[in-house]
Amino acid sequence: MRVTRCTSGLFALTLATLGAGCAVSTPKPYDYYQYKQSRPASILVLPPLNASPDVRATYSVLSQVTMPLSEAGYYVLPVALVDETFRQNGLVNPAEMHDVGLVKLREIFGADAVLYIEVKQYGTSYAVVSSETRVTAAARLVDLRSGEVLWAGEATASSAEGRGSSGGGLVGMLVEALLSQVLENVMSQGHATAGVTANRLLSAGRPNGILYGPRAPEYQKD
Amino acid sequence: MKRGVRPGARMSLIAVRGMTRASSVAAAVLLAGCAAQRQPLYHWGGYQPQLYEYFKGEKGPEAQILALESEVEKARSKGLALPPGFNAHLGLLYGGVARDDQFRQQLEMEKTQFPESSAYMDFLLHKFKSGQPGK
Repeated sequence: MRVTRCTSGLFALTLATLGAGCAVSTPKPYDYYQYKQSRPASILVLPPLNASPDVRATYSVLSQVTMPLSEAGYYVLPVALVDETFRQNGLVNPAEMHDVGLVKLREIFGADAVLYIEVKQYGTSYAVVSSETRVTAAARLVDLRSGEVLWAGEATASSAEGRGSSGGGLVGMLVEALLSQVLENVMSQGHATAGVTANRLLSAGRPNGILYGPRAPEYQKD
Repeated sequence: MKRGVRPGARMSLIAVRGMTRASSVAAAVLLAGCAAQRQPLYHWGGYQPQLYEYFKGEKGPEAQILALESEVEKARSKGLALPPGFNAHLGLLYGGVARDDQFRQQLEMEKTQFPESSAYMDFLLHKFKSGQPGK
């Protein structure tokens, strides 16, 4: 009996956690003072650092950041061209690109802010009970004019977020879509999960998330 | 009829595939929690999957160009704007196969649609002029 109650408690907790988009308890509110002082219009996203063993992580995530940031109202510099520009200048891995100074980045790309992403986890772990594909990424938005850190956040997504346990609503819809994709093709599991992670990390209108940018109708209303 | 698939059947297959993709894109766009559920600002279609194709480098530039050109048509028929970076990325692909005029044209289009890109587009156009094309 006790075990059952405990399990359902855990289940409810999972529901609450996974539904993070909706009105669940919000953690300590982020201090948006610098962000609101800066109000960047354009964002340069550097190829993410990859702390996972999967070499695909960097470009799997990079190819899926444009949509959430653009729909949030920002101009996102073309990610493939940016990558090519670094390569033509002899910088071929993300660590080298992340080392480039802010002044230089501003000079070449003309963006208002730069987004540094680190993929912390990307891949499948085989646990006792069940295996799962998990993608976790952290991001930091830095103003290219002042050097101030405007925002930082982290998000994770897992292929083990089961049907109906995703908290319903729109996040739930996306997770359902992810699941059907996973069923179609096990090989694309990491990439699909990374897409969910990128959307959770970089969509505006989420608790402690990025703010809306100038091209969104919600701009300056959050 | 000898070629196997009837044109009509092929079209509807493409349409179904397109719809599936569109609905997953819609789900992703709307993902922003319980915040205002407005229409997407841009036509996404297969743009991000094409970016991933570019990075993977398994498909040739011509196939990627065709895929993006068909997205341009879809966006036009829906009356939706192309997303940030789309024209510039298409320009990059044109530049890779020595279609220089189209490279320049796409970068100019990016600038027109998104003045925020001007500094970077000018940087690329200038580099291109001085003999270092997009790729």
